[in-house]
Amino acid sequence: MASEADSKAASAPGLWGWINQRLPIDVFWRTQASEYYAPKNFNFWYFFGFLALFVLIMQLVTGIFLTMFYKPGATTAFGSVEFIMREVDFGWLLRYLHSTGASAFFLVVYLHMFRALLYGSYKAPRELLWLLGMFIYLALMAEAFMGYVLPWGNMSFWAAQVIINLFGTIPLVGPTLVEWIRGDYGIADATLNRFFSLHVVALPLVLLLLVALHLVALHEVGSNNPDGVEIKKKKDARGVPLDGIPFHPYYSVKDFFGVSAFMTLFAVVVFFVPTLGDLFLEKANFEPANPLSTPDPISPSWYFTPYYAILRSVPDKGTGAMLMLIAVLAFFFLPWLDRSPVKSIRYRGWIFRTFLGLFVVSFLGLMYLGLQPAQGIYVTLSRVFAVPYFLFFLLMPIYTRIDPVKPVPERVTFHA
Amino acid sequence: MSEVGSIATDQPPDLGRRKFLTAATSVTAGVGVALAAIPFIESWQPSERARALGAPVTVDVSKVELGQLVMATWRLQVIYIVRRAQSLVDALVQHDQDLKDPKSDNSDQPSYAKNEMRSRRADMLILIGFCTHLGCLPKQFFDPGDPVLGASWPGGFRCPCHGSRFDMAGRVFNGSPAPTNLRVPPYSFSDDNTLVIGLDTLAQGAA
Repeated sequence: MASEADSKAASAPGLWGWINQRLPIDVFWRTQASEYYAPKNFNFWYFFGFLALFVLIMQLVTGIFLTMFYKPGATTAFGSVEFIMREVDFGWLLRYLHSTGASAFFLVVYLHMFRALLYGSYKAPRELLWLLGMFIYLALMAEAFMGYVLPWGNMSFWAAQVIINLFGTIPLVGPTLVEWIRGDYGIADATLNRFFSLHVVALPLVLLLLVALHLVALHEVGSNNPDGVEIKKKKDARGVPLDGIPFHPYYSVKDFFGVSAFMTLFAVVVFFVPTLGDLFLEKANFEPANPLSTPDPISPSWYFTPYYAILRSVPDKGTGAMLMLIAVLAFFFLPWLDRSPVKSIRYRGWIFRTFLGLFVVSFLGLMYLGLQPAQGIYVTLSRVFAVPYFLFFLLMPIYTRIDPVKPVPERVTFHA
Repeated sequence: MSEVGSIATDQPPDLGRRKFLTAATSVTAGVGVALAAIPFIESWQPSERARALGAPVTVDVSKVELGQLVMATWRLQVIYIVRRAQSLVDALVQHDQDLKDPKSDNSDQPSYAKNEMRSRRADMLILIGFCTHLGCLPKQFFDPGDPVLGASWPGGFRCPCHGSRFDMAGRVFNGSPAPTNLRVPPYSFSDDNTLVIGLDTLAQGAA
């Protein structure tokens, strides 16, 4: 089929044929869009991958323009951000699009990941697709953290101090490593400048590469769907999956509708509540970095607080950092922890549903607790919520095996 | 021309030779990449300028009032300078059982500060302010029985970030995420009122 299309475009007369003999644009478009078949039963949860790509592009564009006005450096950074906010035409819009975009990125990525948990999208044959996604998530965390440091507000400074010191918990090399990352004996100009370089050049390149690989892997194995049925098993005479529809125009149109709805909500935040009550931009970060005063209370951005709550619920430095690391890395092992014969939650039993429900509650609970001060009931509750969080992963090989699953249909369920 | 072609195609490839050349090239390239990475990695070390800025800092402590905390910076470390009441120093011996490291065996301090009060002089406490957990600055809670920290609180510091607590000698309490006592920088007094941070070789008078 591809070779047929191949020869068709390449033998076309005129400029289009000339180009396609030398650069297979037409083949690419056919194989990746107009003749790439996705399951026809996608639902609401399938908006978020495309939205993540959209937000990535928005971050790149707004980031490029912010870089034109931002001046890295301990004495210039804070002032240049204020300059952008007050004196650059629409500078405030560029900055709020970028800062809101960071939170939106994590929101859509978390929903995208939750979709994978719901429908077992990480299970064979999509293990690598999932791992690439997890690497994107890690790169995104690094990108977000370094971007957060750039305005050089007081939260930026102390976030850098705390997060970089986490590397000090590594046995033997820790203290040397911390000094190497900082480039000075404390958080300083050197730290800010290297974070700037990583944030605007290195990590965006890494992210783009990983996203490209993620999409290649996706288009190789094909999308999962809410029924967790492999549509490639039932094909028509032409080799087209019976339950597949071309990505373009069916899902391109659907996804752009999603973008419109998303941008409406996004615009409400950008224009009316850009700080979202301290959640997206914190008050303490509107004052310049002060190495002599830690903001009180201090907490990271909302998208890191589940892990942060775990970190500080442990009254031991090494163990706390280790548990936090495990809490993040546990996601990598899902394809091999999950022993269920079915993918989708539609055909899983009550045991998996219960564990997934508890996991979601604990993740959101820890997210809330991580935003609260580190004392009394908040620390106790963090310990309580951390238990189902870890049990979700730890017991998964057991409960997915004994879970009473339902029979999976041959074809996807679809009601036009 | 045809002879050259026949040599290439007629003879079976020497697979052993090919394998050796591939391995040798890979190893050489690998070593080259590893060596080429060194300057890039080394560039992240503190610069010569940063290293040169580590000179000792002098502070006039006559202006530090009783019960007051004054901050100085030395090599980008925040230094706490506290004038302690004798009553608080006397109370230090009473809560050893609540401490992770009462004798400072696992903590970082010069030998002259490895004692119950963790200082050269009873009245002056000199510490690196950064919490030994993740580096925030603990706040001062010097009043015993502070309403926030409870009636049994002997006076000390509490970190706003993750709740680590320290006594009036910077020793960490059990139940804190911080593993060790607050660090003590090298320091000495050039006279009764002049503190020199970063230099501990000055002859110390009877203080």
